[in-house]
Amino acid sequence: MGPTPHIAVIGGGSTGAGIARDLAMRGLDVTLVEQGNLTHGTTGRMHGLLHSGGRYAVSDQASATECIEENRVLRDIASHCVEMTGGLFVKRPEDSEEYFQKKLSGCEECGIPAEVVSGEEARAMEPHLAKDIDKAISVPDGAIDPFRLVVANAASAQEHGARIETHSKVTDLLVESGEVVGIEVEHDSGPGKRVHGTEGGTEQIRADYVVNATGAWAGRIGDMAGLDIEVRPSKGVMTIMNIRQVDTVINRCRPKGDADIVVPHETTAILGTTDEEVEDPEDYPEEQWEVDMMIDTLSELIPMLDEARTIRSFWGVRPLYEPPDVGSDDPTDITRDFFLLDHDERDDLPGMTSIVGGKFTTYRMMGEQIADHVCGKFGIDADCRTADVPLPGSEDFSVLRDYMDEFGLRSPIGRRSVERLGSRADEVLNTDGPNPTVCECEGVTRAEIQDAIEGSGSDLNAVRIRTRASMGNCQGGFCSHRMASELHSEYDEPVVREAWDELLQERWKGQRHALWGEQLSQAALNYALHATTQNRDQDPADGDPVDFSAFDSGRGQTGGSVDSADVAADGGTNGY
Amino acid sequence: MAIESEVLVIGGGLGGLTSALAAAREGADVRLVSYKQSTLRQASGLVDVLGYTPDGDGPLTDPYEAIPTLPAEHPYRKVGVQTVRDALSLFDDAVPTYEGDHTDANALLPTHGGSIKPTARYPAGASAGLASDTRDTLLVGIEEMVDFDAPHVAAHLDATGVPFDVRGETIRFPGDLRADAKVTRYAKLLDTNSEVAVRGRMVPAREALAQRVNPLLEDEQRVGFPAILGDDNPGAIRDALSDHLGVDVFEVPMGPPSLPGLRLEDALFAALDEAGASIETGNPVVDFEGEDRIEKVFIEKNGARIPNSADQYVLATGGFVGKGVESDREGVYEPVFDCHVPHAADRYDWFEGELFGDHEFARYGVATDDDLRPLDASDDREFENLRAAGSVLGGYDFAAEKSGSGVSIATGYAAGQRAAQEAR
Repeated sequence: MGPTPHIAVIGGGSTGAGIARDLAMRGLDVTLVEQGNLTHGTTGRMHGLLHSGGRYAVSDQASATECIEENRVLRDIASHCVEMTGGLFVKRPEDSEEYFQKKLSGCEECGIPAEVVSGEEARAMEPHLAKDIDKAISVPDGAIDPFRLVVANAASAQEHGARIETHSKVTDLLVESGEVVGIEVEHDSGPGKRVHGTEGGTEQIRADYVVNATGAWAGRIGDMAGLDIEVRPSKGVMTIMNIRQVDTVINRCRPKGDADIVVPHETTAILGTTDEEVEDPEDYPEEQWEVDMMIDTLSELIPMLDEARTIRSFWGVRPLYEPPDVGSDDPTDITRDFFLLDHDERDDLPGMTSIVGGKFTTYRMMGEQIADHVCGKFGIDADCRTADVPLPGSEDFSVLRDYMDEFGLRSPIGRRSVERLGSRADEVLNTDGPNPTVCECEGVTRAEIQDAIEGSGSDLNAVRIRTRASMGNCQGGFCSHRMASELHSEYDEPVVREAWDELLQERWKGQRHALWGEQLSQAALNYALHATTQNRDQDPADGDPVDFSAFDSGRGQTGGSVDSADVAADGGTNGY
Repeated sequence: MAIESEVLVIGGGLGGLTSALAAAREGADVRLVSYKQSTLRQASGLVDVLGYTPDGDGPLTDPYEAIPTLPAEHPYRKVGVQTVRDALSLFDDAVPTYEGDHTDANALLPTHGGSIKPTARYPAGASAGLASDTRDTLLVGIEEMVDFDAPHVAAHLDATGVPFDVRGETIRFPGDLRADAKVTRYAKLLDTNSEVAVRGRMVPAREALAQRVNPLLEDEQRVGFPAILGDDNPGAIRDALSDHLGVDVFEVPMGPPSLPGLRLEDALFAALDEAGASIETGNPVVDFEGEDRIEKVFIEKNGARIPNSADQYVLATGGFVGKGVESDREGVYEPVFDCHVPHAADRYDWFEGELFGDHEFARYGVATDDDLRPLDASDDREFENLRAAGSVLGGYDFAAEKSGSGVSIATGYAAGQRAAQEAR
């Protein structure tokens, strides 16, 4: 074997990070580039369901079988990212009995442990289910934190020598003599960790092979080399509730439809979703009716949702792909399977493969197949180990003991930190100084914030996805300035201010879709705290110079106003 | 038989307290009822009158000068400049621990995030911290307190162009408080001046705090702390620290829970009590009777509905934050008397895409005539004997203008005074 091949992986979602980890563990030299934060595209905009496969047990049994296999793998290797909530497919009286039976037998055929429970039993498990739910099928669905998972994959890749570049947008594919030989990227703020206010630059990254794992953006990358990759982006809305109305994943047991799933997630529950084809993965309408439909339709399963508090909504785009000869009209008909497009075989352009379609739950399996494919190109015979080696944080999950006394943290903050950090808890929480809580809603302490800053630079949104800070009820109203302050020891004030503004704006973006009732009260309070108490909307640091001497400089102090104002002409009722 | 009074004020925030105080000083028999803790605990405790125009001009040096240029629906335009001045005089008299009345000019105060903001009245505890004061400044943060990072605040203040040098230092607070201790714990320790262990020796807390700061002080002439310097005896604590340090000491106002806000609330309740008003807190107004006139309201207390009747009523229940204005997916409403709240039919028109955009929701509240009586959708009075004051009023964006306290005090004063005059 010659020198180690260098592989450039484009895309920092679950697929790209999974591929990078796999290749790096097989000893290849890997550079991963991502235009935003890790998970920026589709992965960070999903409901975080760890599929049991039950969802596809009727329509797509091959996918269903893959899901249950990977479900078991992820419980092992990513235990600190997974909560095994269990799932229910619930049947309302108007839903078809025939479909219910098909779902049940489908699960059995695919090896998915499934059991019928009566309406009463289902309500005993989930007391807020509608009283007229007939029955349900219980399956091993779970919740998985996509942010934590992708960060752990990237960290593992890094440990195996990979270079990870976020905020680095691919601006061109380098093609020489009819072959892809690398990529050109524009670094938002220079290579390495992101630092606000730092000038970026363009870099040519030459590689022996390029993997395009950009999902809904795959067509854009293809265009750069004149390739035609017909991804059909399909948008879906997700609405986040401020509490977990259910502790089990609730699916509606009917063929397909919008608004048919609720996934409990950390302190929240996520309602999903819709499936609607869009032209542009970055620019599509986000509409009120979509949010209303989530609440109204899912209230048929869980009536209390109708009156409950939502904290924000967000939209994601699925990178659906269908081979050119199928021609479905409805995006819900398009397979969730993934496709490996070897552009040498397909388009006579060697040096690059694109990966399109696929599902989050099977990201690792996809990574394995791509890595096999890439290794095959170079005649490398190396085994895939990603199904056996735990991700950083999940090496020894027995550490999930009670750390509260050890780190002087009160419940439930200590417990939550340890759940998030897994086996990294010792390393992160063992600090010299005091470790106060920075984000009260999500129970995130200074030590966790500092650890995230170390990993991601001045980007507070990257800190957010690593820690969950600012993702609770108040949506950053009480903690964003605290998070910004945590940057200050390492970064200059203008950098901190820019990062702070960016976090505030990002938090506002999703909250706009929840502005009624309690969350409108919260938004009004947040607005008052930032604009009134802190004057951040008119911050003189961002604006024109202020003529300080024209203002009150205090009774008896020498200074502008005492000279210019009529001192105590009203009699000075206060005395001094 | 109902509990009777001449003027019944609903709401215990700045608007309600000023209404009740104005009515009581006018000689009326006043009763104030409030439900939850007021939003004063979330406010900085500064009394803003007007810092920016609705177009964003500012910081304004003279708030009074700009008032006549405000839009006609602005509450200040309903009551007029002279009433704003009279109302502030009432405030100055009722809360003598506040300063700023020696000049019409706004003051600029440092905020806990490091920006500065214009305000008209400030607690004595903040007065040595004015940003137009040119004395060099040391800010002291507490290692365990995440709301005030002194080096960061100092750097941000410097970026605003303040006319002095400012530096931030961080200390461990003496007394071994927990890492997540509430601000009231710090205040309590300083209020009681309990002894704490410093290198094996017991020292009173105020002295111990000063000892931590002393070695850090260079040639600065003033030292600023986050607003934790006592709840009951803030003046004595500042004096003690000033003596130990040999320089002036001030507090930087903070976010919730805000001690300056709580102290202001206490001062106003004390003034109201002294003026002879009846005060009842902790129970909500849940219903009322009356068509053109409000005959009585019902207060829910331990499950019972207690009737209260008055000649005149003041609605001072707050805005969205205080829950005096509420909303659901269909619309915006005022929950006590169901007064009309003008708003856009489509809830996606309530807000803007930018965080600090020109949000309509920020101006939602009841509309009134020039006598502060709420108007229905046809611009007729909702009730003959109801006036509204404070954040329940619409037509102004207090956060953008920095006018929240001023509007509450001015409209509270006008509503209370007129209610009393009419009841007599």
